[in-house]
Amino acid sequence: MATTNEISIGDLGARAGEAEEELKGESMALNIGPSHPTTHGVLRLLAELDGDIITKCEPVIGYLHRGDEKIAENMTYNQFVPYTDRLDYLAPLANNVAFAMAVEKLAALEVPERCQAIRVLCCELARISSHLLGIGVFGMDAGAWTVFMYTFTEREKLYTLFEELTGARFTTSYTRIGGVARDIPEGWLGRVTDFINGVLPVLDEIDKLLTRNRIFVDRTQGIGTISREDAIAYGLTGPNLRASGVDLDLRKDKPYLGYENYDFDVPVGTTGDCYDRYLLRAEEVRQSVCIIRQVIDTIPDGSFYAEDAKRIFSPPKEKVLTSMEALIQNFMITTEGPQIPAGEAYFEAENPKGALGFYVVSKGGGVPYRLKIRGPSFCSLSILDKLVPGHYMTDITVILGSLDFVMGECDR
Amino acid sequence: MSQADFASLKERFAYLTERDSADHLSVNCPAKHLLEFCTSLRDELGYDLLLDVTAIDWDVQTSPRFTGIYHILSTTHHNYIRIASDCLEDAQPSLPSLAGIFPAANWHERETYDMMGIRYEGHPDLKRILMWEDYPYHPLRKEFPLAGIEVPFPAADVAESANAKVLPAPMMGGPFVSPSGGTMREIEPQAKDESWTEKEEQH
Repeated sequence: MATTNEISIGDLGARAGEAEEELKGESMALNIGPSHPTTHGVLRLLAELDGDIITKCEPVIGYLHRGDEKIAENMTYNQFVPYTDRLDYLAPLANNVAFAMAVEKLAALEVPERCQAIRVLCCELARISSHLLGIGVFGMDAGAWTVFMYTFTEREKLYTLFEELTGARFTTSYTRIGGVARDIPEGWLGRVTDFINGVLPVLDEIDKLLTRNRIFVDRTQGIGTISREDAIAYGLTGPNLRASGVDLDLRKDKPYLGYENYDFDVPVGTTGDCYDRYLLRAEEVRQSVCIIRQVIDTIPDGSFYAEDAKRIFSPPKEKVLTSMEALIQNFMITTEGPQIPAGEAYFEAENPKGALGFYVVSKGGGVPYRLKIRGPSFCSLSILDKLVPGHYMTDITVILGSLDFVMGECDR
Repeated sequence: MSQADFASLKERFAYLTERDSADHLSVNCPAKHLLEFCTSLRDELGYDLLLDVTAIDWDVQTSPRFTGIYHILSTTHHNYIRIASDCLEDAQPSLPSLAGIFPAANWHERETYDMMGIRYEGHPDLKRILMWEDYPYHPLRKEFPLAGIEVPFPAADVAESANAKVLPAPMMGGPFVSPSGGTMREIEPQAKDESWTEKEEQH
């Protein structure tokens, strides 16, 4: 009974301390990206590892910088619409709408109700498309590959709808300043209804695959937790902000496009970890479906562009070819651009990735003097050097996946 | 934390002036008071979400040439405010950094420094963010041409072995226009480099 132990507790502690001393200084530099599947584009991370733990993480961006703001200063407002497709290229329709709204805000131009309803449809379909991809690749980043197949199948159906509406699957360029390029095609709303009826069972399927999936939950819960204070301080917006418990949705709090007429809920997270961000996006898709149903039920008749904005919106082709006045109007707008008064305006839309803002400064005429694009992904990534240290290396993929960023709008 | 209108702000911060705005509350704030004003906005008036930091270049001959622009939103009362602050120096513009009170400003200010060349005093790590570290120009300045300017390739070893350079973009036939104003001929969308023809391209 009275056996003596040669190694006392104190010794153990001291030896462990010595061992730790020995291990120090063996940090490893790891370069992730700019071309790497988990970085979802061309993001580069300079990480410093202590064993498996990340001690430092510096994001390096700019690999996709195209100088969109400089280009915007050298072309008319309508010519810039295709460039907005390439900001958040997973939700081009929503970008088109946000840009048109910003310029219209400066011109104090109100578009007709039908146009607004069409734009709401565009925004919400874009949100579904973006969130489906966001959830799909997030699952893939966490090792659940199957989900991606489900979400991509649904996105394919959406692309067919986009193609029918805009003529392009991916780079839609659908809005013009003062309206949209064309009215919705015959029977299209019915096909949208078919799509949203089909997407809900798929969401349930995804729910079954992920929400209580032990591996997925273990890999995401408590990982990448962003506190409410941090989320605000780093300028996060959209789902990433709401997952941290901040109830801020511009559709509710700064209603535009008549969002105040639609009944929908804004999901808000509690902990702000990766799992919360997943749950939030999944719920937002359901809410978007709910909004789309209401828009389809209540879509008013009327014009799809502001008819009295004769110096801003170029009339449809059939009018240009039959009326002299419309022809002159078309010629003036095509050559000089939509005439926007001097001044400045800032408009943000609640896009799938967060608040996409356009700050337009005009000196009059058809070309912006300065156009600043505020990309939500830019801010989502700026928090990485604070968020990632302390996590395991394998958590990087999960954190990146959960932030749902896109480099097109980050680098602009 | 109610919504601040300009009159009540002016009462507290005498140095503010109102700024023409097509949308929300918009103020001019002298650069030396910027930090103090933004701290009060965040702590006392609830403007806590810094959305955007940018700058405008009012062209080479204008003075003050650069104006820093800030957009802040409140997460409690959901109002925007725009703050404009002129940079005193035209040749070496600078503004106080807000990175100490809004961490979000860190990257935004790096971007504005990169694109406009405005130095943010007190910024923890003011370096380029979109262009590479040794890039010699600030591309969003008005005197910088759209096509770009020839500069050495960023990686010196590659540049030497492959004789690589960063060349201006060929501006043939693109949709680029000259700025608004002037005669019809001048404001029509046109290619900037008119020397390009299809015939030459085929050679």
